Amino acid sequence: MKDLLEIFAVAFRVGIMTFGGGYAMLPILQREVVENRKWVTEAEVLDYYAIGQCLPGVIMVNTLIFIGQKRKGTIGGIVAALGTVCPALIIIGAIAALLTNFAEVEAVKKAFAGIRVCVCVLILNAVIKLWKSSVCDWKCFLIFALVAGLSLFTDVTPVLFVVAAALAGILIKCMGAKK
Amino acid sequence: MILLKLWWEFFKIGLFSVGGGMATLPFLYDMADRTGWFTYDQIADMLAVSESTPGPIGINMATYTGFTTAGMPGSIVATLGVITPGIIIVLLIIAVLERFRKNKYVEAAFYGIRPASAGLIAAAGVLVAEIALFNVDADSIAGFFDVKALILAAVLVVLTRWVKPTKKLHPVVFIAASAVVGILLF
Repeated sequence: MKDLLEIFAVAFRVGIMTFGGGYAMLPILQREVVENRKWVTEAEVLDYYAIGQCLPGVIMVNTLIFIGQKRKGTIGGIVAALGTVCPALIIIGAIAALLTNFAEVEAVKKAFAGIRVCVCVLILNAVIKLWKSSVCDWKCFLIFALVAGLSLFTDVTPVLFVVAAALAGILIKCMGAKK
Repeated sequence: MILLKLWWEFFKIGLFSVGGGMATLPFLYDMADRTGWFTYDQIADMLAVSESTPGPIGINMATYTGFTTAGMPGSIVATLGVITPGIIIVLLIIAVLERFRKNKYVEAAFYGIRPASAGLIAAAGVLVAEIALFNVDADSIAGFFDVKALILAAVLVVLTRWVKPTKKLHPVVFIAASAVVGILLF
């Protein structure tokens, strides 16, 4: 029970801090479940995030389900999903009830202009950390650069990139093994 | 009855939107056409709110629509609807993955997936940076740089990477501080 409560609390915290479309989730996730609690490794977070993108549903929720499941089985996964959506329920519920023009308030706009700058820096830090656990040789670097570039300049769905990268990984590793 | 219908409509969104956030948009427009629960304008408002509140747009839209259609119970049911497919599918995938985790093809696939995943995140970061640090449609080079934002970004880089006492602080401290700086100076 204590473990489940902790999973819920962590998921709730990740949920409440994902301002601006969920990009800030990663740095928070790294801090909460990799560094502070050591529930999963940096590489596992990347795996979950990648698979989470290819599955239906919300990426952030999917990633948290993986982590909850790893920690405490099926129930852990469900608790993590509920914890992640709770902040949205409370906050959007309040906004829907009280403030119809929330996004137009000047102070809110300015606060989020500031937050977005911070989110950029946090993502930069997250990418540097992920880099260390994912880009282990020049082939990995090539995949990293290609995917980053293509996803910036085209509208191709991320699902395709992840599938293509998986195939590339199999080709590289298994052809290398035959030598 | 309305609750069941809310759950089912948002279950479908949760099931068919692959690739996060913006992937839910076409489904929301379709839902607006069929149910009349909200208008296109409300979807646009919701996008803005989603960008200024915690939580992914799919969840926020479900909560918001659920609330306006059937009060608090509605918002809970709609939100559960969005996450139900994800819970089922992720748990199934985990069961399959566990079995093949040590398989050399699965390991090889992840060798390729990890840098790709990092690449996708880096690209997302560039998109946020474009909005937060630069004025992309400025007509002069000086106007292109958002000086205040760039200074804030530089300070944050130094504080989060190099200054020992602040480096260990929880990211939310920096988010909150940036919100305050935004309100006061931007």
